[in-house]
Amino acid sequence: MFEHAIGEFSNKVKNVVERGAVRKFADAIGDSHPIFIDEEAGKASRYGENIAPPTFPRVFDYGEIPALNLPEKGLIHGEQTYHYERPLLVGEEIACYTQVKDYKEKTGKSGSMGILKLEGCGEDTDGNLIFRAEQVVIITEAVRKGMEA
Amino acid sequence: MSTLTTKQLGDTLASVTLPPVTRLDLIKYAGASGDYNPIHTIDKEAEKAGLPGIIAHGMWTMGNLAKLFTPYYEEGYIETYNIRFRGMVFLDDVITLQAEVKEQSEDKITFDVRARKETGEDVLRGEAVFAVYE
Repeated sequence: MFEHAIGEFSNKVKNVVERGAVRKFADAIGDSHPIFIDEEAGKASRYGENIAPPTFPRVFDYGEIPALNLPEKGLIHGEQTYHYERPLLVGEEIACYTQVKDYKEKTGKSGSMGILKLEGCGEDTDGNLIFRAEQVVIITEAVRKGMEA
Repeated sequence: MSTLTTKQLGDTLASVTLPPVTRLDLIKYAGASGDYNPIHTIDKEAEKAGLPGIIAHGMWTMGNLAKLFTPYYEEGYIETYNIRFRGMVFLDDVITLQAEVKEQSEDKITFDVRARKETGEDVLRGEAVFAVYE
């Protein structure tokens, strides 16, 4: 039901790697390490600044893909991959967008399901790609039926 | 200080066993990540979805797992981090985080990573490629 959305992009959205958000996120994953949250440790590090944990891009706004009307409930997260050119620095501005890479429907023992592949990207203010976040989302038959009804 | 660059094939990082998962852990993660899917925090919504109880966000466990590498950011950084979500984590589950070297080159170390329940079930499995600075 989302085949038509393959290749579609969202609008780009400006995000900031906010110090408070990084602190809260690091705490929520039980990883309040000085490299993430202590300003002095950040300055003294090879990065010259605090960095964000690798799964922090979960927090960013990636814009909307009009052709992709996902339900709010019932989605299953199957797989997640991050590729980085370098760690994210606290305070920097990142432009994020997302694209539908693929959509397929498969029939298995628990009925048919949709497999959606999304790729989020983050660029610095010079337009250099900093990270890609690939996500595989499984949409069960029950959820798809609910949407069509 | 122990370093990653001296690790050999088959060597492991010090594993970490998390305290039993609490509802507050998941409420905190929902707030910090912006993922408010109620199956992670509200019993009734989890039951409506056919689950025996609320389940942890897969990304909560994936986020936790990455901390095995946090002490080593002066040596390099996580270039690729790939995870398959294989099982559900419920309240009171005790999760152990593990990483083992499976491949090495001059500038990269690849680790098998997993989050394992006390039953031996791997709820997350994947790989982390650590890029080493020159």
